[in-house]
Amino acid sequence: MIKVENLTKRYAGHTAIKDLSFEVGKGEIVGFLGPNGAGKSTTMRILSSFMPPTAGRASIAGFDIFEQSLQARAHLGYMPENVPLYGDMRVTEYLDYRAALKGVPHRRIAERVGDVKELCGLKDVERKLIGALSKGYRQRVGLADALVHEPDLLILDEPTSGLDPNQIRQVRELIKNLGKQHTILLSTHILPEVEMTCSRVIIINKGRIEASDTPENLLAEIRTAGGVLLEAKVGSDNGAEELKKITGVRDVATAADGEWQTFSLRVESGADVREEVFQLAAARRWSVRELSQRRATLEDVFVELTHADDA
Amino acid sequence: MRKFFTLLGREVRSYFYSPIAYVVLVFFLVVSGADFYLQLSFMNGKPVGYSVQEAFFNSVFFWFAFVLIFPLITMRLFAEEFKLGTIEPLMTAPVRDWQVVLSKFFGALVFYITIWIPTVLYFAIFQWVTKQPAANSLGAYFGAYLMLFLLGMFYLSIGCLASVLTKNQIVAAIISFCAITLLFFLGLVSFILLDVSSTTRQLLGYFSAIEQMGTLSRGEIDTRPMVLYTSMTIVMLFLTHQVFQSRKWRL
Repeated sequence: MIKVENLTKRYAGHTAIKDLSFEVGKGEIVGFLGPNGAGKSTTMRILSSFMPPTAGRASIAGFDIFEQSLQARAHLGYMPENVPLYGDMRVTEYLDYRAALKGVPHRRIAERVGDVKELCGLKDVERKLIGALSKGYRQRVGLADALVHEPDLLILDEPTSGLDPNQIRQVRELIKNLGKQHTILLSTHILPEVEMTCSRVIIINKGRIEASDTPENLLAEIRTAGGVLLEAKVGSDNGAEELKKITGVRDVATAADGEWQTFSLRVESGADVREEVFQLAAARRWSVRELSQRRATLEDVFVELTHADDA
Repeated sequence: MRKFFTLLGREVRSYFYSPIAYVVLVFFLVVSGADFYLQLSFMNGKPVGYSVQEAFFNSVFFWFAFVLIFPLITMRLFAEEFKLGTIEPLMTAPVRDWQVVLSKFFGALVFYITIWIPTVLYFAIFQWVTKQPAANSLGAYFGAYLMLFLLGMFYLSIGCLASVLTKNQIVAAIISFCAITLLFFLGLVSFILLDVSSTTRQLLGYFSAIEQMGTLSRGEIDTRPMVLYTSMTIVMLFLTHQVFQSRKWRL
């Protein structure tokens, strides 16, 4: 559905994306992750034909974004970051206008606009001025706009930024449902969201792809796959030294709270050392009030991949 | 073509959503009404060698209001879209650059024509009250409104170009105001500087909107301004289109 080959974009003075290549297949929901300024929006803007790349090529639904820009745009529903809208139009009026602009046949406009208003929960505000809507509703108008011409592909630039937790949950549900019929490329900073909705994740940093895989595989691959937390009274023993002797433990961080000490154990990938920790504590007669395993999250993957250079 | 009309529809409606439209309309009604009233009072006192209609279209009042309205009409066309970022959803929809440029120009032209509709009423009322025609012939009306249309078209296209150059509406207004006033006063040079050579004076005369209006509002349909302003409008719109396209490479 999307094919990107060696895409490069240079602005005056700096390179936003370098030699980016990836593909998105039909029916995939792909999360596009990266720190601010990594080149996410730039890539999306190039894919939506808003600006041309400096080098490289890309195609949408088989149409080259530069040579056959109009056809590519017709197959694409794009929601820009911050969702710029005409504040002086009413919701229905705006969607009617956008539908006509995107080539929805005249007799189908009312039906399509009705459908997307229903889908995006805009029925209550359909007669309001867009300028008077809250951020959450504006975001939904943007999404309805992206959907109105039944595109094969949706590109959503931070669809949940600036929303409250309830709204984020609603948008997430909406995207999950849309994923059944559409191919979706979305960028976000909210990582749990990606774990829940996306079938694949592309992490970019400083204009380059750092990783591209399913969330599960990324989690499995990461070296610090979670860890174990132990909270215990160790008396005069040096708890950290003892714990480090357990095979599979890479590192131990200690924090004290009066007599109680908290040990955060980083372990080798795939290792589960909880039993050994328990045996050690039992042998040394430490009082234990917590022993738990912390699962690695996409956040750990993200931090590891995008902070590698700084460390 | 359908997309062009969709865009045009939005452009025209957006004028009437914004307060600028009503400010311009009211300002223009006040000034043109005052112009009409003053011309009539003046003519009431003594016999003159021109018609009410000629007096109306050739007064200082009229030109003053005329030159001021163009920056107000055109400043927001592109600048506002750039500022609000709405250019992004607009240009990622399957529309061509020239469709956007032309829809904005014709949207402004439709609004400009709307402004002039009330002035037709002035002459109708005059005729109804005094039982006398306000102009010497129908051709005089035609000539005057043709001149308004031609000059308006040209000045609006200058405004389009000014607006596409910046994302600040005030800057756009200042650029178009300076360009239009400069062009307009170029035609006045021959009145002010008495010692310019007759060739220069004649050349400037060709560009003088005031002289052209004098001719056309008498009912002499001169084709030279038609060619001049139509071709200049096309040049300005072409430049606007070029600048609009080049924005992609400047991003």
